[in-house]
Amino acid sequence: MNIVVCVKHVPDAQSDRTFDAADNTTEREAVDGLLSELDEYAVEEALKIKEAAGDDTTVTILTMGPAKAADAVKKSLQMGADAGVHVSDDALAGSDSIATSLVLAKAVEKIGGVDLVLTGMASTDGTMSVVPAMLAERLGLPQVTFASELTLDGSTVTIRRDGDVATEVVRASLPAVVSVTDQINEPRYPSFKGIMAAKKKPVQTFSLADLGVDASEVGLDAAWTKVTQITQRPPRQQGLVVTDDGNGGAVLAQFLTMQKFV
Amino acid sequence: MSTGSDETAAMAAAVREFAQERFAPHAAQWDREKHFPMDALRAAGELGLGGIWLAEDVGGSGLTRGDGVVFFEELARADPALAAYISIHNMVASMIDTGGTPEQRERWVPRLASFEHLGSYCLTEPDAGSDAGALRSTANRTEGGYRLDGVKQFISGAGVSDVYVVMARTGGPGAKGVSAFVVEKDTPGLSFGANEAKMGWNCQPTRQVVLDGVEVGEDARLGAEGDGFRIAMKGLDGGRLNIAACSLGGASWAYEQSVAHLRDREAFGAPLIDAQALRFRLADMRTKLHASRLMLHDAAARVDAGDPSATVHSAMTKRFVTDACFEVANDALQLHGGYGYLSEYGIEKVVRDLRVHQILEGTNEIMSHIVGRAIAGGTA
Repeated sequence: MNIVVCVKHVPDAQSDRTFDAADNTTEREAVDGLLSELDEYAVEEALKIKEAAGDDTTVTILTMGPAKAADAVKKSLQMGADAGVHVSDDALAGSDSIATSLVLAKAVEKIGGVDLVLTGMASTDGTMSVVPAMLAERLGLPQVTFASELTLDGSTVTIRRDGDVATEVVRASLPAVVSVTDQINEPRYPSFKGIMAAKKKPVQTFSLADLGVDASEVGLDAAWTKVTQITQRPPRQQGLVVTDDGNGGAVLAQFLTMQKFV
Repeated sequence: MSTGSDETAAMAAAVREFAQERFAPHAAQWDREKHFPMDALRAAGELGLGGIWLAEDVGGSGLTRGDGVVFFEELARADPALAAYISIHNMVASMIDTGGTPEQRERWVPRLASFEHLGSYCLTEPDAGSDAGALRSTANRTEGGYRLDGVKQFISGAGVSDVYVVMARTGGPGAKGVSAFVVEKDTPGLSFGANEAKMGWNCQPTRQVVLDGVEVGEDARLGAEGDGFRIAMKGLDGGRLNIAACSLGGASWAYEQSVAHLRDREAFGAPLIDAQALRFRLADMRTKLHASRLMLHDAAARVDAGDPSATVHSAMTKRFVTDACFEVANDALQLHGGYGYLSEYGIEKVVRDLRVHQILEGTNEIMSHIVGRAIAGGTA
């Protein structure tokens, strides 16, 4: 079985994230990047499938992004994936979800013979959650999203999707695109052996030309939406301190009424 | 030497992430409740922390002492006491890995390397600490093996560990009469004292190990008769560096907390970090940490290279680093004022945990003795 896991290299959510003043895109050079934490669940699930199968199942990591994005592939290989594919091209800068899904779809087709495409439920920077659906549409495959449990049985994948009002069990035929939530497993840490082994694992780099994608279809200029303005979140205001001069209860009640809590 | 800068950095990052997520949030509770977190140790085994420099054919990670000190610093930033137990466990496993026969390695090492089993090092006795060569536990020949009798004191992991490396006397007085044995937990005649109440290191149990007619086979002896003291001391060469690395990790964390605290806290109309007296204190702390790190990495490289100077440099490093880092931790407590004394801030725990590093794996006075002896003998 051939599994492809789509991952994204994102700015570390614990650092101060900023936008480029010139074009309002996410600043990626200034901050440390890492494998999107939500993608670790997809990598882990692929590794669990591979380990349970115990056969020659391969897990290929696919990412699109600048040179530094190779670190996300590397971390996935250290966790135990078999090979990496990195799509990198200067023309990709500023690409929206539509362009991203196009490039990923072309890359999945180029990898070829793929039985299962796994993704996280969203990136931790854009948090749009739309790429898995777009990718499935472009590939003409069933899309089974937000899996908090995944089972494979022959050529069928069954997932559990926990919603606000119902839990759904969804079944699809393979090949399929499945996005997984942060409830599906507990991602492993790369082991020392995994880190040493990752050095020898193959990583292919593709340009847009390698995938047969025209530069005019991707990048900031091709994006369907533009960020026109960015406003910094105002600093948090200090809370109201009520000194109880005997009427503290009344002041408190008044505050809660004003804020429409009561 | 470390394995390679890129890989060591990647492994250190994995250890940091692991320790910050799996140790740090629980360290205060483990200390308070004297809880030995077996699940966290098993998880550490999955990374490869159960046998860092053990050979790969028995499940070890095949790395170096240089790598090890980097990992122990990271582990100790999260919890010096648990990091220190992992150090002891690694020492025990490596004694069997390097001193054992192929059969002994195959029998005990793989499960230690994976942290499925835990190991304890049993040298010290109630009346033989620094003068370990005077130990009184005996291993008397029986048909096909030995009978072990005696009491071992201050044994980390005792009662929980599955594998005990025990030094006992097979010959005449002094170090040359000592042999090393591997004793498994369920062996009849092996029992344990009460968990000692102590100043720090509370997440790992410390007990007496009582050997009362413990029968082991000849195949439980590590090395030849009389080799035990040499094996025990060889284990300590690397063990001392790891303990020092545990001091460095704890002190580094306490120092970073102090810098943040002094930036944040205002007194007399300005942040405390603007006070020159306090800046000088931070400068001294930073300098001690840097010197400690350099000494550690240098000594680890000597151990990795099998350099004859390794023992002396391990001793110098253990004494300097554990003393300097205790001072740093104690300064961090002072710089935190009353908050440093509260358990909630975690600083007082580091001070308590690091204090014993000046005593165990050879007291710092014994370290000076080792260095001084080499100087007098013209070899240092």
